[in-house]
Amino acid sequence: MPNMRPDKNPMPHQDPQVRACNFNEVALGYTREQAIDEAQRCLNCKHRPCVSGCPVQINIPEFIAKVAEGDFEAAYQIIAKDSALPAVCGRVCPQESQCESKCVRGIKNEPVGIGRLERFVADWHNANATEKAVPPASNGHKVAVIGSGPAGLTCAGDLAKKGYEVTVFEALHLAGGVLVYGIPEFRLPKSIVQKEVDTLKELGVKVETNMVIGRAITIDELKEEFGFEAVFIGSGAGLPKFMNIPGENLKGVYSANEFLTRINLMKAYKDGADTPIQHSTRVAVVGGGNVAMDAARCAKRLGAEVYIVYRRSEAELPARAEEVEHAKEEGIIFKTLTNPTEILGYHNPDDPRDPKNGSVAGIRCVEMELGEPDASGRRRPIVKEGSQFDIELDCVIMALGTSPNPLIKSTTEGLETEKWGGIIADENGLTSRENVYAGGDAVTGAATVILAMGAGKTAAKAIDEALSKS
Amino acid sequence: MYRIVKKRVLNPTVSLMEIEAPAVARKAEPGQFIILRVDEEGERIPLTIADFDRQAGTVTIIYQVVGATTEKLNHKEEGEFLQDFVGPLGRATETEGLGRVAVVGGGVGTAIAYPVAKKLHDVGCHVDLIVGFRNKDLVILEDEFRAASTNLIIGTDDGSYGKKALVTDLLREQIEAGAKYDRVITIGPVIMMKFVCQLTKQYDIPTVVSMNPIMIDGTGMCGGCRLSVGGETKFACVDGPEFDGHKVDFDEAMARGAMYKDFERHAHEAACNLFKQEVK
Repeated sequence: MPNMRPDKNPMPHQDPQVRACNFNEVALGYTREQAIDEAQRCLNCKHRPCVSGCPVQINIPEFIAKVAEGDFEAAYQIIAKDSALPAVCGRVCPQESQCESKCVRGIKNEPVGIGRLERFVADWHNANATEKAVPPASNGHKVAVIGSGPAGLTCAGDLAKKGYEVTVFEALHLAGGVLVYGIPEFRLPKSIVQKEVDTLKELGVKVETNMVIGRAITIDELKEEFGFEAVFIGSGAGLPKFMNIPGENLKGVYSANEFLTRINLMKAYKDGADTPIQHSTRVAVVGGGNVAMDAARCAKRLGAEVYIVYRRSEAELPARAEEVEHAKEEGIIFKTLTNPTEILGYHNPDDPRDPKNGSVAGIRCVEMELGEPDASGRRRPIVKEGSQFDIELDCVIMALGTSPNPLIKSTTEGLETEKWGGIIADENGLTSRENVYAGGDAVTGAATVILAMGAGKTAAKAIDEALSKS
Repeated sequence: MYRIVKKRVLNPTVSLMEIEAPAVARKAEPGQFIILRVDEEGERIPLTIADFDRQAGTVTIIYQVVGATTEKLNHKEEGEFLQDFVGPLGRATETEGLGRVAVVGGGVGTAIAYPVAKKLHDVGCHVDLIVGFRNKDLVILEDEFRAASTNLIIGTDDGSYGKKALVTDLLREQIEAGAKYDRVITIGPVIMMKFVCQLTKQYDIPTVVSMNPIMIDGTGMCGGCRLSVGGETKFACVDGPEFDGHKVDFDEAMARGAMYKDFERHAHEAACNLFKQEVK
């Protein structure tokens, strides 16, 4: 008999006032008892709608049944068949719009906390499992993976499990891509990412850091000189977008990428770090996605009063509801239906050597109202006449998305891209070049971790089919 | 890890290192740069490639001790290792179709001008290499400069070596004396590049500057290295580091370059104190 409790077991959290001053993980994870109790809420329905909502099609009811029995390692092994990064996905997947949105329990009440259970199982495995992954016998085929973010790691993991000799090339000094430079420690501890990368290495995946493909080695050279039979491009999102308004190059204006990289990858928030970051008093983060929430919550933890400035209304915020809620609990101030028109600079007319010259002094905004729906189906924001106002502050973070990195495109002849720069790939991830596949943000533009993983998985399957024929 | 094959002190604050980095040496070209981290906790700093040897698999960097990271770098000796060394990054200097070129460098920037001059000289250009230093003690790489140029002109601010003149004055002399340049390439402190560009604009000589802004990843991700060029935002790491000098907003570049000055000064002092304690 399933547990008919209507709501999910709540996730234990750090107190908002406490966590707004530290970088430790916000969500603390279920206890063993909570996990079993939550797992018993699953009806184990025959048609398994949740699985169809998962981009990597994890056997959700099966793993949950094992959790309900208290056999957590068996649950982990079921997840691991389909997901290379369960501890990551349990934390950052938007389950509310994927698996959990299809859950039958969600029709009348709250769905089963699938994401929370996935996280519990992965954490249990990482804390308790002692057996190392064993690399399978090599099948003699070599595959290169460009980028060690979620798409690349998934593709590498799936191929390695099938016996491929996989080398992952990473431009930065650390593997993990957006999982290490983008998503903050308090949402995804870096030790968890490291653990997932180590598991792949145990499977025989080679990771070459400090390798910029397109500069140090081109894709053609990987194939012709280095003997890789197939290449997967998972190079991720690229250059940050700006608004092209006056003042965007003032001191104190960051892209979210730069701000987050300084904090997450370079640990600039720690005392004595070699990499500097501005400790501001008042910060505006422009944008309403998950990256904007991450940047805002980081700025808050560095001691600032933080505004989210977003041109549409709260209902249109592209960030996960949970992230918005967490941000609000931590005291982030939301200025929705507000659009910046200029970043104001400090200038001391009496002293050209004043070090504050050229720094951010404020942001000029207009209020917006919503008109007719636009191409995205969301109501178009329109400027309200005479609504201009200024906010005094010393830092602005632009979180407006990114455009694909031009490096690989410009150095790979015959690799077709969309007008906006995204690599064109078919439903299997195959690009216009033979045996060159691509997936993740490099193809779709900025999206989620799990979609990138799904693309890595699809490409791995296609690569296996193509190479096992040859 | 990347081994330091050779270290040579060029003047009291400037040193040269040859680093074993075959993957970088394989493709390096003049005008490009690398990013390094000295140790596991270190920050990522960009340095221009001063020379490379494809056969030996080494890349030469020349650095001036200005902050905590370069101080730490300078405490590394031959045979020791750097944590990270990634490159080549940025676009290479374009040398095609040039007949006579003035390469103008100042201070440690002259080290960066060197490979550019050498490449131009190798492909048969007439290269006037104009280099400026504050005084005689700071002059570096004179033999290398001479070998990489048709005509080497050295100036010092105080006249203790070469001519007592700024590089802008030396360049003006050449132009007024009738030198017809297809291009001026200038590399050094931003303020110097700004004045070189003001001068060449008067004579309508196409001028290329090599920018070295604050950077983190260097591969087109963080956007920290952005500059205004002709009113557009450009990224030094993927669009540069070389740009049309007549279009760069130098004042903005100088302000952005000074963003962490206080932090850097404190960090440098802290690093120096640490090294002093180690000596005790």
